[in-house]
Amino acid sequence: MTETIETDVVIIGAGPVGLFAVFELGLLDIKAHLIDILPKVGGQCAELYPEKPIYDIPGFPIVTGMGLVDNLMKQIEPFGATFHLSQMVTEVTPLGTPVAPRFRVVTDAGTTFECKSVVVAAGGGSFQPKKPPIAGIEEFEEKSVFYAVRKMEALRDRSILIVGGGDSALDWTLNLQPIARRVTLMHRRDEFRAAPHSVERMRKLVEKGEMDLRIGQVSGLRGADGRMEAALCKGNDGSVFEIACDAMLPFFGLTMKLGPVAEWGLNLHENLIPVDTEKFETSTPGIFAIGDINTYPGKLKLILSGFHEAALAAQKVHRYVYPEKKLLFQYTTSSTNLQKKLGVA
Amino acid sequence: MTKITFVDFQGTSRTVEAEIGATVMETAVRNGVPGIEAECGGACACATCHVYVEEQWRSAVGEPAAMEEDMLDFASDVRPNSRLSCQIKVKPELDGLVVHTPERQG
Ligand SMILES: Cc1cc2nc3c(=O)[nH]c(=O)nc-3n(C[C@H](O)[C@H](O)[C@H](O)COP(=O)(O)OP(=O)(O)OC[C@H]3O[C@@H](n4cnc5c(N)ncnc54)[C@H](O)[C@@H]3O)c2cc1C
Ligand code: FES
Repeated sequence: MTETIETDVVIIGAGPVGLFAVFELGLLDIKAHLIDILPKVGGQCAELYPEKPIYDIPGFPIVTGMGLVDNLMKQIEPFGATFHLSQMVTEVTPLGTPVAPRFRVVTDAGTTFECKSVVVAAGGGSFQPKKPPIAGIEEFEEKSVFYAVRKMEALRDRSILIVGGGDSALDWTLNLQPIARRVTLMHRRDEFRAAPHSVERMRKLVEKGEMDLRIGQVSGLRGADGRMEAALCKGNDGSVFEIACDAMLPFFGLTMKLGPVAEWGLNLHENLIPVDTEKFETSTPGIFAIGDINTYPGKLKLILSGFHEAALAAQKVHRYVYPEKKLLFQYTTSSTNLQKKLGVA
Repeated sequence: MTKITFVDFQGTSRTVEAEIGATVMETAVRNGVPGIEAECGGACACATCHVYVEEQWRSAVGEPAAMEEDMLDFASDVRPNSRLSCQIKVKPELDGLVVHTPERQG
């Protein structure tokens, strides 16, 4: 076990709202650690629509998903928040009392935090790999079917079928090809979204006969006791064929699943966390929920709303972190105190 | 009046009125037609509004653009007549359009 990280606040989710929470908390001298299951920050904006324009961020007539995330990162830089990426928060355990809350937060990587408040900015839930709707696929999961590669060694000398046409599919094709008995890449069309140089390397390997490329889609699996023997496939011309393999890696992108949020003892309403609209606090004092994950009368799932919620939640977090201090309302434009924190005064 | 018919995987068909300029996905959602999820709200970012365009309508509807083709990679059981319904705009020529919804959206 690693040592416990002591901090004021743990923010669960590094989407746009979690990121802006760092800013609002930082202005109040509150230190935060952020955790996200994705290997990058930005939540939906970065994962689902980095290149697409957003038109309703006040003051930005147009900004792309990635542009907004880059700007947020610049805006929160002065506050030196610590990021723990590629980790999923699995446990949130209350340790204190309702008046003086304390929490233990644990991730699936074993990182443990103790903090005075928790801000849940988990959006639509944690991003998880999409499972292709193939009948009986569950039976093979973790034995023959893997949605992510944790240990490459586990795939040594196996006949691997990789399905998909994006970067994950191509990267793993190239990484596993040297150690696998045989790698077959299958995609529904002979065009790939993945980076052109990976596609080129893959095509070279196919030319040299060191791997196979098949065009089609997997429609079924054959095998027993979780051990796959072959994938049943359909070609685009309607032909049916089998690919012998004992491991399959489908890469169909990510989807959002509520995940462990449901297990932290918070009241839930249709997979959302009800909060009050004064402090955006949940049914557990000291745990706040902001952004897409919360619900209240009139809630709009907009980035704009999440920013507002972050500002108000920070006020109450301040009371838990500094119970003895009185909070003064100040503008960043005119307060030298705030400007010092922002590093501009 | 422009009408669009949605046929689900079990063969149940629902015909609804569509507004010119709206998308086929929006038409389904506004009329409570099941079988289309549209998680991303029409941004061509989720592939959960997948439909099969009935053969005789394919040329009127047209082919997917490159971005939509990329997104179709995330749908399952993609066929030559697959489209993402949020990328089909309703126009007068599409009056009577028939699309089929898949058994599952991603
Ligand atoms: C295609 C598309 C277009 C959009 N356009 C607009 C628009 O024009 N304007 C607008 O205002 N909004 C728009 N939205 C909505 C906007 O993106 C969301 O409102 C916003 O992303 C919500 O931010 P968030 O920080 O609350 O959550 P998210 O962005 O969903 O981020 C939550 C993060 O929490 C992480 N997480 C969840 N659970 C855990 C856990 N247990 N452990 C670790 N990490 C966890 C997730 O991995 C995720 O990265 C759009 C959404 C989509 C999909
Ligand atoms: S609604 Fe998401 S791709 Fe069409």
